[in-house]
Amino acid sequence: MLPAIILLAIWMIVPLALTIWYSFQNYNLQIPPPEWGGLINYEFLLTDPDLPRVLKNTLVLVFAPIGVTVVLGTLLALLYDGPFPGRPIARLLVIAPFFVMPTVAALVWKNLILHPVWGLVSWLMKSVGLAPIDWFSTYPMTAIVIIVSWIWTPFTTLILLTSLQSLDREQLEAARMDGARSLATFRYVVLPHLYRPISVVVMLETIFFLAIYAEIYVTTQGGPGTETTNIPFYIFSRALQGFDVGLASAGGLLAVILANIVAFFFIRAIAKQL
Amino acid sequence: MSATKKKRQKLLRAIVGWLVALIMFFPVFWMALAAFKTEQDAAALPPLLFFHPTLENFAEMSERVGYLRHAWNSISVSFISTIFALLLAAPAAYVMAFHGTNRTRAVMLWMLSIRFMPAVGVLIPIYLILVSVRLLDTTFALTVIIGLSNLPLVVWMLYSYFKEVPSEILEAARMDGARPLTQLRYLLVPLTAPGIASTALLSIILAWNESFWAINITATDAGTLALAIASFANSEGLFWAKLSAASLASVAPILIFGWIMQRQLVRGLTFGAVK
Amino acid sequence: MRFWKFMATTAVGVVVGLGAAQAETTLTIATVNNPDMVVMQKYSAEYEAEKGVKLNWLVLDENTLRQRVTTDIATNGGQFDIITIGAYETPIWGKAGWLVPFDDLPADYDAEDMLPTVRDALSYEGKLYSVPFYAESAMTFYRKDLFEKAGLTMPDQPTWQQIADFAAKLDDKDNDIHGICVRGLPGWGENLALVGLMANVFGGVQFDMDWHSAVNSDNWKEAVQFYVDLANNYGPPGVVGNGFNENLALMSEGKCAMWNDATVAAGFLFDPKRSKVADKLGLAQMPIEKWNKGGAWLWAWALGVPSSSQQVDEAKAFIEWATSKGYIDMIGEKEGWVTIPPGTRKSTYENQNYLDAAPFAKPTLAAIENASLVDNTMEPKPYAGINFPLIPEMQAINNYLGQQVAAALTGKMSVSDALDDAAANADRVLQKAGYYK
Repeated sequence: MLPAIILLAIWMIVPLALTIWYSFQNYNLQIPPPEWGGLINYEFLLTDPDLPRVLKNTLVLVFAPIGVTVVLGTLLALLYDGPFPGRPIARLLVIAPFFVMPTVAALVWKNLILHPVWGLVSWLMKSVGLAPIDWFSTYPMTAIVIIVSWIWTPFTTLILLTSLQSLDREQLEAARMDGARSLATFRYVVLPHLYRPISVVVMLETIFFLAIYAEIYVTTQGGPGTETTNIPFYIFSRALQGFDVGLASAGGLLAVILANIVAFFFIRAIAKQL
Repeated sequence: MSATKKKRQKLLRAIVGWLVALIMFFPVFWMALAAFKTEQDAAALPPLLFFHPTLENFAEMSERVGYLRHAWNSISVSFISTIFALLLAAPAAYVMAFHGTNRTRAVMLWMLSIRFMPAVGVLIPIYLILVSVRLLDTTFALTVIIGLSNLPLVVWMLYSYFKEVPSEILEAARMDGARPLTQLRYLLVPLTAPGIASTALLSIILAWNESFWAINITATDAGTLALAIASFANSEGLFWAKLSAASLASVAPILIFGWIMQRQLVRGLTFGAVK
Repeated sequence: MRFWKFMATTAVGVVVGLGAAQAETTLTIATVNNPDMVVMQKYSAEYEAEKGVKLNWLVLDENTLRQRVTTDIATNGGQFDIITIGAYETPIWGKAGWLVPFDDLPADYDAEDMLPTVRDALSYEGKLYSVPFYAESAMTFYRKDLFEKAGLTMPDQPTWQQIADFAAKLDDKDNDIHGICVRGLPGWGENLALVGLMANVFGGVQFDMDWHSAVNSDNWKEAVQFYVDLANNYGPPGVVGNGFNENLALMSEGKCAMWNDATVAAGFLFDPKRSKVADKLGLAQMPIEKWNKGGAWLWAWALGVPSSSQQVDEAKAFIEWATSKGYIDMIGEKEGWVTIPPGTRKSTYENQNYLDAAPFAKPTLAAIENASLVDNTMEPKPYAGINFPLIPEMQAINNYLGQQVAAALTGKMSVSDALDDAAANADRVLQKAGYYK
């Protein structure tokens, strides 16, 4: 029992300790060796004029896809709850995106679907006489939210669908008998039943969406300007494009602090449900 | 409700249901199609739905990166890292679920929040450690790192399943003198098997799709399919067909696995927290 | 407990495997997924058979490769025996002592045959630290047929203003032909590669003599405004997503009337198998404007050996093979002369087979020979380099600048604001690096 917990604790603490150590070093990978830098990385980070924008983008990239996936997921779950011919196969098709690697998903969307010249969407728009949209420069954030939501809506659907199927059919029938209209049934019977699984979905998605980076790396590289730079990508660009290890570590700590704040306000509110 | 209305409703549901399914699946389908096109056909305008299929992209892929080795690495890393994470997580989740204090929840949230720390923030320290213990480009290192990074999630999921088990059952076992490991092995694991299965599946999927560590700490020996993709992204000249082939070859195994296992995935998720 | 046994066996297996692998010579080579390197990988089987060595290949896209190799070499990781690096990394890493110098090239390799400007770009303090596999400069590609139809003539040395005028006349959106294709994809090796050149000939420098960023100067703003107008008025939709590859696809599909880009593109564009415009292309030098130097870059993809390699001699032997005259001849005969790795050796440009097959050979040579890393801007500057400064902080600074230029291109910011922000960021980065207080 104990060894496992100790190992767990080590894993939690060692990277954190290393990150704290490096966040006080002035260390550019291309100019060795590391030197003690004091607070220089924190100073640079906290006075970065882009920081507010980056924080905002991080939150947008958490909440927008959560909103989309929960709403769409609920609708799709209701849709696939009822029987129709070929439903099992249609369901398999719907959940497929969840198994696709984020990198692959982003590459496919960027090059084959949304590309303003070769992409299928552009071709469709052109063939109905509309001007094709250059998604990643005109609506870069929307485009990334679309990709992320495409990957995660199946996950939401799957969970909510399962939950719906455990809903007491007799209760539903009773509500119908009482003459409740379908909207009212949804509001007073179905939705309360889904409250808990939605909390779970929101919590899990918060974890994953706070760490979104592959989709940004493949498509917009955080741009144009800083329009789609979130914290993970900001750190990535400083660490593996600028090779500033100290700054990247300070950014990593900032990410953990932010995550804790979100956890405190947000997850706690719904964690009571769990 | 009249029979005709019911019928009409069913028809409507079928139409919308299939339409949505096809739209959701379309990008995967389109990618799969492009994988069998020549580069010229893949870039053709208007897009081609009918064309002479070719296997040359797959031939080129296996020539350049060695598909089977990467696929084997993906399989072993995702399965072993999952086993590893489960073995570590189960005792921790047990302690938290049955000997928890009022701080347990806070610890759990903190643990989950560590997962938010972007991996790139610790890349250089971890790389330096791996250099000094000579474990760069080994499936062992990749397995341990991926296993550990999925650990918080696995602990949390197991915790929520264990919580569901009535403590009286454990109490009785304890009376009979069962030690914690025995309780875990003979009581909790069988009782929460569906939950454990779905946790394992989720962890396998996440490990399979993990690309950051695969790209940054492996090279020619331990590279997974996620690394193979990077050989085909964004090269000089046309590359969409080759990229699609590499993507399809990397996604297909986990997709088929996921499809087969979807019932288990769902059953577990509903067993615990999602009920 | 079976699991632990398994893990232990795996670990032992890995260690034993490493030991066994070292018994025969195995070289690990990291390279970029460009077609010339893919060809090299294909033909290296012959080298393996002949020399009895085994080559393990890691082929990655350019950005991933750069991250991967930099991480490894900076931490002395020793993962690679041969790495593919560019004219940017070589002098910086040579200075850091991370690369093995090539000061003992054998006589039959004929090091004197290497083009001097390329050789200099891959040297630090007179020592060669990587050997060029292929090298490039930049030139203007244009469609002779469209120019003829419009009654226009491209001068051998155009100015940007002339290019803009031509683009205005040739732009034909109805027929899906765009006046000009330009790089818009953000990144120091993408949009800034071009914008850096434009800034030079518009009289700009990237840093003044005190290392303060000068991208907010009037000359830079004028250059970027010109670039933005040119791309938005006469470029294809989605310019900001187009890098070298995308433009190459557009040009070879016949969708651009003009394109100013890397000389290596000629190898594709003049190849009828890969290009629809192979018989319609004209060539000119890169445009100039107020100033006549620094209008074309110099870049080389080169092979180097990290100091951490345990098999320096074997690694060097492979590199000498892959960059030899014999290799170039072999590719010429087996794959076609148009597709040989260009820009590295004088003898390539004396080979009649190549000159016959490649109408772009002479202009490429001229562009490479004229490109100089120093003394190329109107005002004095403290750094070496043409379209980017050769300093370790360059990637952090220029990727940011590239994003700001992209923001200006999409109209999210004004040119002036975008460049002011970029200049402020550059000053902050250099201040942090200790260039000044």
